[in-house]
Amino acid sequence: MPMPLSPFDRMDWHLIIAAAIKIVVFVFFVTLPLVAMSVWAERRVSAAIQDRVGPNRVGPFGLLQAVADGIKFLLKEDFTPAHVRKFYFWLAPALTMVPALLTCAVLPFGSQLFGEKMVIADLDVGPLFVFAIASLTVYGIVLAGWASNSKYPFLGGVRSTSQMISYEICMGLSIVPLVMIYGDLNLGRIVHEQAQNGWALLPLWGEGLSLKGFILAIPMFVSFVIFTTSMFAETNRLPFDLPECETELVAGYHTEYSSMKFALFFLGEYAAMIIGSGLCVTLFLGGWSLPFGWLAPATIDSEVPWWQGLIHIGAFFAKVIGFILFFIVVRWTLPRFRYDQLMRLGWVFFFEIALANVVLTAILLWVLK
Amino acid sequence: MTFLFYLFAALALFGGIGVVVCRNPVSAAFSMVLSFLGLASLFIQLDAYLVGTLQILVYAGAIMVLFLFIIMLLDVPEEEKRRFPFISFAGAGAVVTAFLVLVVLVLNRGGTAGRPLPAIVPSEPGHSDVHRIGELLFGTYWFPVQIVGVLLLAATVGVVVLSKKELK
Repeated sequence: MPMPLSPFDRMDWHLIIAAAIKIVVFVFFVTLPLVAMSVWAERRVSAAIQDRVGPNRVGPFGLLQAVADGIKFLLKEDFTPAHVRKFYFWLAPALTMVPALLTCAVLPFGSQLFGEKMVIADLDVGPLFVFAIASLTVYGIVLAGWASNSKYPFLGGVRSTSQMISYEICMGLSIVPLVMIYGDLNLGRIVHEQAQNGWALLPLWGEGLSLKGFILAIPMFVSFVIFTTSMFAETNRLPFDLPECETELVAGYHTEYSSMKFALFFLGEYAAMIIGSGLCVTLFLGGWSLPFGWLAPATIDSEVPWWQGLIHIGAFFAKVIGFILFFIVVRWTLPRFRYDQLMRLGWVFFFEIALANVVLTAILLWVLK
Repeated sequence: MTFLFYLFAALALFGGIGVVVCRNPVSAAFSMVLSFLGLASLFIQLDAYLVGTLQILVYAGAIMVLFLFIIMLLDVPEEEKRRFPFISFAGAGAVVTAFLVLVVLVLNRGGTAGRPLPAIVPSEPGHSDVHRIGELLFGTYWFPVQIVGVLLLAATVGVVVLSKKELK
């Protein structure tokens, strides 16, 4: 009896090879070097803010510092303390890195190149997929804290659990208004809509240039603030880096880690930051599109010349890099929150504001119909 | 690719067995996460992207994190080795046998058994599974959804009241 064709049986070689190339190029040749570059940028920007010089010895402007650091991490002794739970101690660093890279799959990092859509998996549940996979990063931190079998890492792990769960809710609620306005969960179509009719935050062209567009930009702005702030909490960046907080917990959940295993936590944090920036850019700042509808493809399936495709990819990464610099400047500007202040901010302010924002958007959409 | 089905089904089963067999509560909770991930992959293989993603988001990403949190906070000790619990094993065996008999009976009495399922329509813009589920939940079944919402709210309030009892 012939079985019905599953979507995986429809898979053809063209799709498989194209996906493989996109995965290798986007994840390994772009995102991972971007991680290394943002570590370098962090050290240079922090140095500039604190009136120091920063790493400038290795290569031009110290750009190869990341390579030197990588070699150092690999060559250091990989020390495993005797009192740890070995299996989970080894598993935890990988568990922080893997989800961060998995979420790359649904981000549209360009329009088209040679007729191929510049997204690895064109899912209809884009943002939900990112949230789902990103919510798994907490296991790496919790397991690291628990497996280390000592007090400070454990406290870091426990803090991280409640922090991540609290801010996940705010994050999810904050994009509901956006989804209501676009009526779609496919990131590619959301970006296309923004390319035509103005970015969610800057409705200055197309259909966005109207009273309706300007009024709807208000809930979008509220969403953007809540989303960005929650992202700081989700990626454990200062001002919300309570799980690793040096002044209270030594180094929090990765106190017992050394060499490459420590580096994986470090890289995982930066990878999560890049993907978070990518998602924020995609949702609120028009993804790969240029402002004022320049070079915007007419429909979602229309042909895009290769040079325009390259410009779109460049626009996406320019925005992401700008966002990463914003992350870095915030880290070296703001002091750390206290733990109860962090929880209060999440549950008492952001949660309520995000809920009210959903209702407000619904009312506005109904009035402006 | 049936190969992928077997891979993820094996993952789900492996996790399920782990929940029962592991003596360490953290390992058991972690096996459950594995099993959920396997299940979610199976849903996604069936083109049910929303269900698969929600499975990860809600169960693997939130509920199991809370479980782990509680296990760690209470510091649940590792289960001790006991004498072979013959009576519980016999009871469990009886339940499993009864369930298997039931499944075989159901599968033999018609239903969809042996018949090919209707072919899956490839999703197109505006007709993805997200849209369909949304239309069903907030269109056809809006009233039951509201009632379920009120029920859940009542349950939540009840839990808060019960857990705060000694504070009065």
